[in-house]
Order: sequence, then C-alpha cells, then structure tokens
Amino acid sequence: MSMPFYVSPEQLMKDRADYARKGIARGRSVVVLAYDGGIAFVAENPSRALHKISEIYDRIAFAAVGKYNEFENLRVAGIRYADLRGYSYDRSDVTARGLANAYAQTLGTVFTQESKPYEVEIVVAQVDDDPADDQIYRLTYDGSVGDEQGFVAMGGAAEHVSAGLQERWEAGMDLGAVLRLAIELLGEDPNGGSARTLTADQLEVAVLDRARERRKFRRIAGSLLEALLSTDDPTSDVPHTDDEPGVHDTHLTEDEPEG
Amino acid sequence: MSSNKLPPSYLQTGSSSFTEFLSAHAPELVPGSRTIPISAVDVPHGTTIVAIAYADGVLLAGDRRATMGNLIANNEMLKVFAADDYSAVGIAGTAGTAIEMVRLFQVELEHYEKIEGTRLSLVGKANRLATMIRGNLGMAMQGLSVVPLFGGFDLDRDAGRIFSYDVTGGCYEEHDFHSVGSGSLFARGALKKLWRRGLTRDEAVRVTIEALYDAADDDSATGGPDLGRRIWPTVAIVDAEGTRFVSDDELATVVEHVLDARREIGGTR
Repeated sequence: MSMPFYVSPEQLMKDRADYARKGIARGRSVVVLAYDGGIAFVAENPSRALHKISEIYDRIAFAAVGKYNEFENLRVAGIRYADLRGYSYDRSDVTARGLANAYAQTLGTVFTQESKPYEVEIVVAQVDDDPADDQIYRLTYDGSVGDEQGFVAMGGAAEHVSAGLQERWEAGMDLGAVLRLAIELLGEDPNGGSARTLTADQLEVAVLDRARERRKFRRIAGSLLEALLSTDDPTSDVPHTDDEPGVHDTHLTEDEPEG
Repeated sequence: MSSNKLPPSYLQTGSSSFTEFLSAHAPELVPGSRTIPISAVDVPHGTTIVAIAYADGVLLAGDRRATMGNLIANNEMLKVFAADDYSAVGIAGTAGTAIEMVRLFQVELEHYEKIEGTRLSLVGKANRLATMIRGNLGMAMQGLSVVPLFGGFDLDRDAGRIFSYDVTGGCYEEHDFHSVGSGSLFARGALKKLWRRGLTRDEAVRVTIEALYDAADDDSATGGPDLGRRIWPTVAIVDAEGTRFVSDDELATVVEHVLDARREIGGTR
C-alpha cells in the first residue's frame, strides 16, 4: 500500500490559488467604475446572450470574469438571495454588503473544501441617492472581499487596466468619459503590443443609473452606446426614463426597440 | 444580519421560478402552504374588481372597501396592483392571503425576468398565477379563498387581454369585460349596457367608475367613491406604454361627472 504524500497547507493553498488565478487570467477583462450619475460596467464580450454583467436587485448589479458556469451559478444564487430577502423583509433591506458577505463565505468555503476552487472574480455594486454612499465590492476566488473606491478592473489585463484607471479616473466624470476611458484601457495590450479599438458590438455595457426609479439597472447598446463613445457626439448620459417600459436595454429614441 | 454563506439550495441548478425555489427552500413563506384548523375565521374580505378592454389595452379597477362580517374593516384598501411593467392584477377574497399572493406574484415575474433575461409571455404569467391559486385550494376550502382578475398587454399580439380564475386555479380568458367579487353581478350588469368596442381611454375610465358605482349601490360590501374623505377607486391602465395608475385628480373629476349625470336624471338610476 502506498503512503499518501504529505502536502503542507501552505503549498495546498498556493496551488489552489495559482490554479484559480490562471483560469481567471485567461479571460477578457471587466471594468466597473463610478461616474457622476451612477456606476458603469464595461466588459469586452461579443456575445449578446451570455452576459458577464447582470441585474441583481433594485440598486444592485453584478459583474464577473472567469468560468461562465461558475459565475452564472453565483449570479442566480445572488438573485435568489436578494429576492427572498426582499420578499420576506422589505425591498430596502436588500444590500450589496449583505450579498457580498454571502458570496465571500461561499467562495471561501469552496476554496478550502471543494476539490477545486471557483475560477471567478466578481464585483457586487450598489448605487445610493448620495454618491458618497455608493458601494463597490470586489470578491476573489478565495473569498476575500475588497471595498473598492471608484473603480475596479478584473480579469486577464486587470493590473494594466487598474494602473491606467489609477492614473486617469477621477470622481465626477460623466458617463461618456468613463466609458471612453474604460474602453481605451481594455483595448490596450498589457504586453506592449499595438492597441485595438473596441467597437460597440464587441462590448457589453450597463449602468446603475442613480436618477431612475426603483430598478436602476439598464443595459446600453446600439446607437446609444455609439453616441456615448463618440467624442463628437454631445450625448454624455443615458436617458432616465423609457419610451417603452420593461425593456431593460436603453435606446436612443429613434432606435427600433428589439424584439 | 448573520453573514452566513449561501445555503446549498441557492447554488443548485433549478428552474427560474421564485415560487418553486421558495417551496423548496422556505415553504413557510408560500401562501396556501399552511395547515389551518377547520373553523370559520372572521377576516377582512376584499370585494369588487372590474376589468375592461378598450381601444389600446385593458383597464383594471377596484373599489377600496374591505369588510369583516357586517363591519367595514378598511375603507382605503388597495386591491389592484401592477404585477409588472405590462400587467396588473386585482383581487377579491380574503385580503391577507390575496395581498401576500400578489406580492409573491410580483417577485415571481421579476425573478424570472432577471434570471432568464427575458419576460414571460402574457399567457405564461396568467398560468403562473393559476398555479398559485391552485396551491391555495386547501385554504379556499376553509373559507380563505382568493379570486384574482388578471389583465395585461400581450406584446406578441399587440392587444390587451383579460384572464379570470376560479378557486381551483382554473384560468379563463375573458373577452371585452369581466368582474369578480361580491358586487360583480351588479358591475357586470352595468358593463353590459355601457361597454362597447373601441372605447377610448377616458371613456373606459368613466365606464369602470360607473360600474363600480352601481356595484356599491346594491352591494353593501363594495365601497362607493368617498367624497368626504376623497377616496376614489383604484384604476390601473395597461397598454403598449406599460402599466400605470390613473391619478386621484382625474378620478375625482370623473366621479364628479358621474354623480352630476345621475343627479340630473333624479337619482333614479
């Protein structure tokens, strides 16, 4: 009978962390950043169906990088958590802090107890009436939580994008400006290669819009996104009301709504 | 708040129905899941709801009274609710159970929309509501019944549609107009004479106020417009532009017109 090898806990945790980090680094990056009217989420994601950014509750949204089935599982769990909490208490009792805590505990347990850690990194963000009370939490594969101020970048080019944001992001920028900044940084090659120019159809963009009633999450696509990205176009914010309710994509008025 | 990790049932793959999740994870929160002793209890009951189709969609209206035996339990209860952006639901029957069911129904629709990234079809919504009513059958048999009336705008057909229910969860599509609750016989009688195809929005508001007025006239459990306290019926409009409620100021004007018209003919009608 063979003897099992002894592996020190330090080594075990390091191996798991390396494994998770490698998985996450393979994926494209996601940027979450505050602007004067709320919080914007930008992902390089050519798929229209498989989202990296999603609505959780009235004021709370979710963004993730890594393995799709794992973060999708966490996203659904988060919606269940929020809806159950809001149903049994009150809508105002659902907070990003509570959800971030629940995610942290879950990720931490999976990291130490399951055979493989989740290869994901997620952000839970919440807008408040007062911009000073906005919350952005970043959760990593091992369950650590960071309370971030202003911006977060996750995924393959996270370090490079974070460095760029550190230098150029400032509080009170308008939506058009933060989107252009995020997209420029996402298009740069961290290894010094030539930069790509990302177009509206390669991006998944959404906002938590402070000015909206109740459900503040809106996706932005099509000509509205193009207008926001263009420096020639005066558009610098999303409309705060819908021409057609329930479509959680915002459009310019002249656009035909989808579907 | 305890910072517990998400329970295993949250992370399980399952359907996008909030009610199914609730039944598995927190069954005590599902309306109709409780066992109650067999004895009649005196609880507030909501009364008359009317729904009518008009040119652009549907309109749902309810009076504001809840009764408990011969007492008026509440004179400003809301019994018509927006279920989501394109539908509304009015409830007659045991007020507590009914309001709980509406709250669950609202979460159910939003939950599906968030998880699936798309809305349920109007018939899908109507059937979900039927399942909830069916789940309440045990309680209905003991006197705590809930009878909703559901109206919404069908985006696929570009038309408003009305669905009625019975206590066993039977779901029936109604055409033109319908009414439920204790005063529904009188309201329906009024609608038969007042409703016509292609009513405008304003005409439709007037017709529902008339119907509720007639119901309140002959049914003691239905509350009429209360001019002293300025309590008006709740009127929800659902059309291609979504679900919204008619303002109190507009309702006050319509009620005044209805009363003036009736005064003119000597109050005989």
